[in-house]
Amino acid sequence: MTRRERYEAHQRRRSLVIASVSSVTVVAALYFLVPLTPGWSKVQQSFFNGDTLVKTFPKLLEAFRINVMIFLWSAPAIAVLGLLIALARDAKSPALFPLRIFGAAFTDIFRGVPVILTVYLIGFGIPGLGLPRPWNSPYIWGSLALILTYSAYVAEIFRSGIDSVHHSQRAAALSLGLSERQVMRDVVLPQAIRNVVPSQMNMLIALQKDVSLLSFIGPVEIFRQAGVFKSLLANFTPYVGAAIIFLIVTIPATRYADHLMARQMRERR
Amino acid sequence: MPKLELQGVVKRFGDRTVCDGINLTVDEGQMVCLIGASGSGKSTLLRCINLLEPIEDGAIFLDGEDISIPGLNPQSVRARIGIVFQSFNLFPHMTALENVMLAPRRVRGLTRTELQPEVEALFARFGLADRMHNYPDQLSGGQQQRVAIVRALAMQPEVMLFDEITSALDPQLVGEVLDVLLMLKKQGMTMVMATHEMGFAREAADKICFLDSGRIIEEGPPEAVFDHPSHQTTQAFLARALK
Repeated sequence: MTRRERYEAHQRRRSLVIASVSSVTVVAALYFLVPLTPGWSKVQQSFFNGDTLVKTFPKLLEAFRINVMIFLWSAPAIAVLGLLIALARDAKSPALFPLRIFGAAFTDIFRGVPVILTVYLIGFGIPGLGLPRPWNSPYIWGSLALILTYSAYVAEIFRSGIDSVHHSQRAAALSLGLSERQVMRDVVLPQAIRNVVPSQMNMLIALQKDVSLLSFIGPVEIFRQAGVFKSLLANFTPYVGAAIIFLIVTIPATRYADHLMARQMRERR
Repeated sequence: MPKLELQGVVKRFGDRTVCDGINLTVDEGQMVCLIGASGSGKSTLLRCINLLEPIEDGAIFLDGEDISIPGLNPQSVRARIGIVFQSFNLFPHMTALENVMLAPRRVRGLTRTELQPEVEALFARFGLADRMHNYPDQLSGGQQQRVAIVRALAMQPEVMLFDEITSALDPQLVGEVLDVLLMLKKQGMTMVMATHEMGFAREAADKICFLDSGRIIEEGPPEAVFDHPSHQTTQAFLARALK
């Protein structure tokens, strides 16, 4: 071992010891101090009730399938619409000017209104037109509300991706005789989309959680199901159960997005 | 009739005049080297010829046909004039082969299968046969630049423009790229290049143009410009460049 390696090994051991001691201290403080609070036994009973958790968990899991379903048909629609909006906003031909205005208005409106409001307005408003079954389903209009809102955000991310492709790439493609459209499709977009994959992963994670907002207009998905159990059992533990189920999905997804992001940073350097 | 002719070409960026009335004729099969300090307008001039930059005034003729008419669709012109850039500008998401095939497929309307023999021959000719399936980041600078040249040649251009194509290369890689240019010259390609490689320009060029502040202030055969520069600015530049 060289002198330098000995020094670094020593530093590593030291960091490890400090990190362990401080972690143990914090956890121990929480473990011993929180139960001393006056309301702890009540909170423990109503939020962390093992029996209730075991009893309600399978039903919650089943309700979560609805979240997954809504997520699975909304996500591709968002990707397509988001990309179209991004392209509309970058349209250069004067004939497409209305499209540009529409794209700008679309992103402004749907980024500017809280998701829950859009869900209410579309989810209650459109079925209110007296559409026949199945066209009055909250699944359809709730999903549409999510699709519109998320497309606005996703479009902006795609646009930043398009901007991130160096203009020399465009020049090189144009110089070969390609048309503007071909340059976009063959050269700019493939690179742009790859550049924004990590950011779009984060949008997917956010979408997965926001699917729960549809519970306000009808669908009995996991959040609504937990609410039903809460009323039935007079206990908040089902909400904790629902949170656990979300975390099981979102933590790996978040880690993966971070991993992609870190890899991209390394490649850029 | 000259292959390429520039008459009083003016290019401005805002109120900065980059090309200030440039006249230039290039005959079929000629190699013209543009020399001059950085910022003298060499690169911009090449980009104007390829219609990547619209010109403010003057005209550019290819085979006697005005290609600088405002509003003219630049695509057909660009297909006839190839350009290679200092920074290679290969498409990083495509292999060398895909880089080369993209434009012929899209613009010449050929399929991969139809292109295969022609493109493979090009790769082989420039010593890149075993590099066809590599991505740009798996290639050295010299290899990347040769792929960029092949990519431009695959469009079967009538004129090739080279914009300081060796400036971003490590010194030991410059030779392999310059050799490619000599090959092209032997085959009769009409070429205009902006370069800082004075030795190469002197050996290979048919004509040297010295640019200063957007004007060609001296032009002629290499011996004349290098050995007996008439203009004081040229003398000063060459004294520095050849030291």
